[in-house]
Amino acid sequence: MNAEALAFYTLAAMVLAGGGLVVLSRNLVHAAVSLVPTLLGVAGLYVLLHAEFVTAIQILIYVGAITVLILFVILLTEGATGLRVRQRNEQVPLAFVVCGALVLLLWGVLLRVPWGPPAGPMPAYNPGAVGRSFLLPYVLAFEVISLVILASLVGAIVIARREE
Amino acid sequence: MARLAWLIPLFPLASYAVLIFRGRALGDRAPFVAIGAMALSALVAWGVFVEQVLGAESFVWRAAWAVGGQRVITVGYTVDHLSAITVAMITLVGGLIFVYSVGYMGGDPYTPRFFAFLSLFCAGMLTMVLANSFLLMLIGWEVIGLCSYLLIGFYFRRRSANMAQMKAFLTTRVGDTLMLIGIMALFWQFGTVDYHAVFEAVQRGAKEAAAVVRLGPWEVPLVTLTALLVFGGPIGKSGQFPLHVWLPDAMEGPTPVSALIHAATMVAAGVYLVGRAYPLFFYTPHHEALTVVAWVGTVTALLAALMAVAQDDIKRILAYSTISQLGFMMAGLGVLGYTAGLFHLLTHAFFKALLFLAAGSVIHAVHTNNIKEMGGLWRPMPVTFGTFLAGFLALAGVFPFSGFWSKDEILLEAYHHEPAVYTVLTAAAFLTALYMSRLVAYAFFGPYRGPAHPEPDPWLPEDYARAGLYRPHGYHGSAEPHESPPVMTVPLVVLALLAFGAGFVAVPGTGPEGGSWIHHFLKFKGFEAAGIQAPSFSWPLALRSLGVVLAGMAVAWVVYGLEWVRSDQVRAWAGPAYGFLRNRMYIDTLYGWVFVRGGLALAAGLWWFDRHVVDGLVNLVGWTTVLTSRLHRLVDTYVVDGLVNLVGWATRGLGLLLQPLQTGRAYNYILVAAAGLAVLVVVSLWRL
Amino acid sequence: MIGLAHYLVLSSLLFGLGLFGVLTRRNAVAILMGIELMLNAANVNFVAFTRFVDPTFVRGHIAALVVITLAACEAVVGLALVINAYRHLETVNVDQVDLLKG
Repeated sequence: MNAEALAFYTLAAMVLAGGGLVVLSRNLVHAAVSLVPTLLGVAGLYVLLHAEFVTAIQILIYVGAITVLILFVILLTEGATGLRVRQRNEQVPLAFVVCGALVLLLWGVLLRVPWGPPAGPMPAYNPGAVGRSFLLPYVLAFEVISLVILASLVGAIVIARREE
Repeated sequence: MARLAWLIPLFPLASYAVLIFRGRALGDRAPFVAIGAMALSALVAWGVFVEQVLGAESFVWRAAWAVGGQRVITVGYTVDHLSAITVAMITLVGGLIFVYSVGYMGGDPYTPRFFAFLSLFCAGMLTMVLANSFLLMLIGWEVIGLCSYLLIGFYFRRRSANMAQMKAFLTTRVGDTLMLIGIMALFWQFGTVDYHAVFEAVQRGAKEAAAVVRLGPWEVPLVTLTALLVFGGPIGKSGQFPLHVWLPDAMEGPTPVSALIHAATMVAAGVYLVGRAYPLFFYTPHHEALTVVAWVGTVTALLAALMAVAQDDIKRILAYSTISQLGFMMAGLGVLGYTAGLFHLLTHAFFKALLFLAAGSVIHAVHTNNIKEMGGLWRPMPVTFGTFLAGFLALAGVFPFSGFWSKDEILLEAYHHEPAVYTVLTAAAFLTALYMSRLVAYAFFGPYRGPAHPEPDPWLPEDYARAGLYRPHGYHGSAEPHESPPVMTVPLVVLALLAFGAGFVAVPGTGPEGGSWIHHFLKFKGFEAAGIQAPSFSWPLALRSLGVVLAGMAVAWVVYGLEWVRSDQVRAWAGPAYGFLRNRMYIDTLYGWVFVRGGLALAAGLWWFDRHVVDGLVNLVGWTTVLTSRLHRLVDTYVVDGLVNLVGWATRGLGLLLQPLQTGRAYNYILVAAAGLAVLVVVSLWRL
Repeated sequence: MIGLAHYLVLSSLLFGLGLFGVLTRRNAVAILMGIELMLNAANVNFVAFTRFVDPTFVRGHIAALVVITLAACEAVVGLALVINAYRHLETVNVDQVDLLKG
């Protein structure tokens, strides 16, 4: 087992364990905190995949911003998220069956395909490549996503504002 | 200094912006904004001019404006001898007219608006003169057109002013459209509208076989066609035959506007453009575009002079004389007299502005435009008379007034290059002396024939009454003619000095090698390469034209001054010819019939067609629709409604059936969706 | 040697976990966390495909970045909604937020 495999399996374990906790933990604060190793693990996978820029963004936005935001909200809505509130609904067994079936079936599809080795060399300077790509062929996506950010900003402020 | 030239049009433009937004608040101080801006502009312009005189290099600044592939449209300005001397003239004459307007428009409630438009007018003209490309020139050109429209119709409650402004705008538009097509043709041919690049390309093209356009049976070289299309603009703006009809009617505007239009700005634009685009005309095969220019100018000069003889309105006579003099300029440019034509433009600006302003002063005094109701004005209005006389002598071309030198230059060039033009122009010069002497004799000599109690102007706008003014521009309550205030006479005196002295730059010996300074300063470089020599000043020719002028004045003096021959006898004797001239050769009437009535008739025809044919069709469609809809209603009530109700019942039944599935809980739905996804995966697996 | 299949299997597992969370949680915030897991699974796929199949223009990275941005937007708006709902209804459980149910 070489270093890459070692890293991959470690990260995979981290991701799955964290994800399991996120989904299963009865305490929502624990669940939210468990998001951190999961997302960091995913960030590590990005490093393995030579996506340094995405890694940075993953850590900045997911780990740094979204997780903290979720924690804030959980604390703000303490009355509804406390331990004495039932956190699961009545379709747990059915959901387990469906999810398990879906995952197994997906494996059935994706393991049949003979995936090749890594294709081609990755760009030497990843952020540069991402920037060029964003501003040349995908400039429309870039602009649209900027608009979406703006709209969600405004929307969030309007929705969360305390009415006078 | 040349680097500051962009400021020249900017000052009047800023003044326009200030006056149009804040003019009402500024009130009586509004004119000073405009005059101040014009003074600053004049300062820069004269700085630039003096620098050019002292031998500075010509200077072009340009920046990319629009880029389309390989073609770049630039914007910028050109400072060379031609543009420098022209902006100097415009700012000087314009500034004097501004000062005069303070007196003339005194008490008019719309003075701020007036000065705003004047400022914009000058800004447009200066832009047009300083432009570095046909496109920027066109922008200035159109601004000039707009301002002429606004100013001619300044007394907007007067119907004749409305008609005149429309006439001016539409008539010049004919020429402008041709010019726009010409500029597009230039862009199409050369991929640029920069003067410099276009002229270089034309010059280079002149050495090769010209591309030819087939127009019906004729084959016209493309470059000639382009040049003539561009010349369409000057024909309209500079009032050349056959688009001269708007210029006499432009007298409906206040007199300073007439002066500005006739001297410094509007009509000068056309001549200036021909001078600026001279290579375009010159490098056509055999200079044929220039020949057209020459003959258009010559015909205009003669016809306008003829028409002027039979007019009674002082401003109208001056208007026809302007047309005639513009014809001289065009003819001068056309007969290879580049310097002569442009020099005449400059001197004419001085003495024509002077004549108009003096005429305004006269009108101001006697409250009429009709020269037959004036008379003997030299005694009560000595300054006006003296200055008018200076303008008159300059216009007629009497030695040593400026008009003599510039007109003589044109005649000299015509004599050397196109003798037929020379003959016609000499006749026009004779007529010029004749009608101007008639005007002077009627207005300033003889007994005062004015009405003792002049009628108030029939168009007196109610705004003036509302403003508490019985009469615009300084009514003094007396019917006696009186001299105008100094604010009006001082500009007159300055202009009179210029009208007298501006010609001396053309005196032989003032320039190097025995030539005149103006020939040295304003010269077309293409002449040297083509081996064309400017003829040198010759006394016999000058004396001959002076003799013609004196003869014209003598004839007029015999008829109108001494009255040895009564003018009504002449009129009776001339009969139909007089009527023909008095009615402006029926050209306006012809246009009225063909274009105005024709347009109206076309409109009426279209209206009839619309009313009877199109409306009939529409009504038919309407009836059919009504009929169909009645039928439709039956179907609708019984068939469609039945179906709709059926659908409604069916939906309701189905809804009742499916209601239990609608839990309103998102996670139920997502579960179903996930299960559906699993099913899809199974299906795809099965098919693999 | 770690191939593409490893990443795909891992991401499908993560996706399943997220889906399970979404399906079984009552709390809106928790559902949001499940959605985040699913989005991360998708992102892993995008980046992995870029590495193994087609690195042209690093388009998978672009997609991942867009998804991350959208996730942030969604989290912001979603959480704003949660706060608003909590303020009005004293609950953030999705099965109790049924004002629109007839």
